[in-house]
Amino acid sequence: MSGGMSGTRKKLIHLAAHFPGVNNTTVWSDPASGSQTDFASFVHFARNAERGLFDFMFLAEGLRLREHRGQIHDLDVVGRPDTFTVLNAIAAVTTHLGLGGTINTTFNEPVEIAKQFASLDHLSGGRAAWNLVTSSDAFTGENFRRGGFLRPEQRYDRAAEILEVAKEWWDSWAGDAVRADRAGGVFVPDGAISPVRHVGEQFDVRGRFDTPRSPQGYPVLLQSGDSDPGREFGAATADAIFSRHGTLEAGQAFFADVKGRMPRHGRRPDDLKILPAATFVLGDTPADAEERADHVRRQQVGGQTAIAFLEQVWGRDLSGYDPDGPLPDIDPDPQNVSITRGRVRHERDTMALARQWRELAESKRLSIRELIIETTARQSFIGTPAQVAEQIDSYVQADASDGFILVPHLTPGGLDNFVAKVIPELQDRGSFRTSYAGPTLRDNLFQNTPDALAGEALAGESGNLSG
Amino acid sequence: MNSSVMNSSAMSRPSRTGAYLAVELAGAGRHPAAWRLADAAPGELFTAGYWTGLAQLADIAGLDFLVIPDSFTPPAEGPGAEATVRGRLDAVAIAARVAPVTTSVGLVPAATVTHTEPFHLSKAIATLDFVSTGRAGWQPSVSRTQAEADLFGRKGVAPADVLWREAGEAVEVVVRLWDSWEDGAVVRNVSTGRYVDRDKLHYIDFTGEFFSVKGPSITPRSPQARPPVVVHLNEGVPDGADEPGALAVAGRWADAVRVSAADLGAAAEARTRVRGSVSDAGRDPDAVPVLLDVSTLLASTADEAARTADRLDGWAEAAGQPAADLSGSVSWVGTAERLAGLIGDAVGGGAADGVTLVPWALPSGLRLVADELVPLLRERGLRPAAAPGGGLRDRFGLSRPANYFTEAGV
Repeated sequence: MSGGMSGTRKKLIHLAAHFPGVNNTTVWSDPASGSQTDFASFVHFARNAERGLFDFMFLAEGLRLREHRGQIHDLDVVGRPDTFTVLNAIAAVTTHLGLGGTINTTFNEPVEIAKQFASLDHLSGGRAAWNLVTSSDAFTGENFRRGGFLRPEQRYDRAAEILEVAKEWWDSWAGDAVRADRAGGVFVPDGAISPVRHVGEQFDVRGRFDTPRSPQGYPVLLQSGDSDPGREFGAATADAIFSRHGTLEAGQAFFADVKGRMPRHGRRPDDLKILPAATFVLGDTPADAEERADHVRRQQVGGQTAIAFLEQVWGRDLSGYDPDGPLPDIDPDPQNVSITRGRVRHERDTMALARQWRELAESKRLSIRELIIETTARQSFIGTPAQVAEQIDSYVQADASDGFILVPHLTPGGLDNFVAKVIPELQDRGSFRTSYAGPTLRDNLFQNTPDALAGEALAGESGNLSG
Repeated sequence: MNSSVMNSSAMSRPSRTGAYLAVELAGAGRHPAAWRLADAAPGELFTAGYWTGLAQLADIAGLDFLVIPDSFTPPAEGPGAEATVRGRLDAVAIAARVAPVTTSVGLVPAATVTHTEPFHLSKAIATLDFVSTGRAGWQPSVSRTQAEADLFGRKGVAPADVLWREAGEAVEVVVRLWDSWEDGAVVRNVSTGRYVDRDKLHYIDFTGEFFSVKGPSITPRSPQARPPVVVHLNEGVPDGADEPGALAVAGRWADAVRVSAADLGAAAEARTRVRGSVSDAGRDPDAVPVLLDVSTLLASTADEAARTADRLDGWAEAAGQPAADLSGSVSWVGTAERLAGLIGDAVGGGAADGVTLVPWALPSGLRLVADELVPLLRERGLRPAAAPGGGLRDRFGLSRPANYFTEAGV
């Protein structure tokens, strides 16, 4: 798998900008930290990302406030605005930046999602992107009239079917339906809007959709699952995947695995971009960068946060322990896995993880806080702008990814220095664009592969996922 | 489609001297053939430029708010459907898109509550309030038809009284969620390490006839805390009659009420009923303005307006479109001068506290509102000389609301 390289031409790096979210990666205690909700913060962040020619900005979503030990978790940023509403407003203050967000498929119906994404795509001139997430937890379901009902094993069935139905709605309007022919008196000709009839495991819907086909046809589809069904779903349907593989080797393995699945779905490897999440710290010298990175990690993992992390794994109240002291001598409670709720959990076997952490802490003589910093907070890229550009470029050229979704630690200025200093370095290397390729997100995400724009060719394929 | 007889003697009670002035922005306008006019922009209806242009006109005119109607109702079918504008965009999305490029006009999207989740609506409108720095409002609407229910496939149709009982619950949940974050909940206390004061976050623990919602919202309290709720009393009711369920929701929750009425006499009666319902809910009726819908086709001369009306009606007839019911309410075809008189009569006579203009044709219908109608109303002391600053609540003279959870000592 060569990732579509030809001759000596370098792969073009794709970057997305993750608005700082509601976990401890976001440092709210820094004097430079601004509002997480005021629109001015979003404007600053988006305009800077657009100045840096990023493919898109991205908003995460969580539909219930996190709780820890039965109370709302108050150590990290809490609260954020509505994804669709912010993205539509951002469309007014940007011209080319893609506008992506997570929208949960469990607590929305396909016709609502279809209308909202079609509207965002119209109102942004073709810049919408959707990260499909499906949650199964009854905890979040308590905020919704339909409640939490989904069995975990149904998650990808729900995601596949909701996408299938959303595509049926989007495809139900012919691309040229709106004629607006004054002289002939025809606004939309009869037959240009097809009725939809869908009967499946999750949905039984019918009717005619009320929103015309949008500039991109469908929003750019993002996906973030790492499980086997998650990878298969991504290989079959996604335009970009967010992964979590930090090392070069793990990145290459994931890249090869997912792109290797694509031909079975009638897709070419270039039709999908793999964008791992990445953090970074810049400095004037290598030593300066290391020093700053250490400072940021200590901001991200305060003593109370370290204890809370440990409690998630231990399943016990550890508030009596000193974060600057050694790990608890008591064993985890494997039954109590729900000590933290409303948070994505990546580890399943907490007993094994606890064993691993204990060994690490003992061998390196780490306190609780040092251990949590070591295991959760190490930044992906640390160095001078030239060094960080070199690391990013070599990772992408080695087919460990097609780019990154960058997660800055400060709102709203966390990407300012990256845009001012690293982007020009990447451009000098010939591996980053110097202007946007076109008005739509798809134009830019698939800049090297213009013939991949035939969205219609992909339209009929989601059916094999829902069976 | 002719203007109705004005009866300024049918007053219920004295009213304020100023007139609230709002406009409904629906596609190419309310007349089904409006998109065919030479100054229409039928090819642009689904673009941002079209909507920002309209919103900026409303902003320049100093209007109190604009309403963007919305529903999931499928595109028209049958005779004349080809000649009708089909398709619409999500109204909250449009309002958010125009917010950063307008400065003073209130933004009131309609959002249906029958098939959607109040949790989503609550954060969407709160966020509209953030992106407009305090100019958001909301018009809750019900979905009446089987065709809409079939798009969701989750429940059947229900009679109007049930729909409005459910809508009342939905509004209550939305408002409780707005209150679920007290002011000042975000403390960013570096010394204690606490980002929020969780004593200022509240589970709403709402349990009603139709659904239950836990809370709190994921979105902090917005600039206005409670964006105004605008209830359209008899929207989509064929004979324009009140629905008791809608009247009850208006009485309990509305910060402003839109009514459709055939003439000023009927409007005055509707206003009296609204005020009664507000009183019954234990609220002050003087704090809840009633705005009469007036569908308008304005032109520089009465002749020109009549000619345009004839042309529009001719197109509609030739296309086989059924005779349009332009708003089920008072209609005005003529000059801005006479419309200003009508508005003065309506407000002075106690038939309404203001009007919501429903232009037959856009953007032309709005341009004359900005260029001619508003200056005339200013001359007559019915509109302020310049748009006041502040948010939409300020337009309605509403102070910052108390928080349900601190008020109730929860």
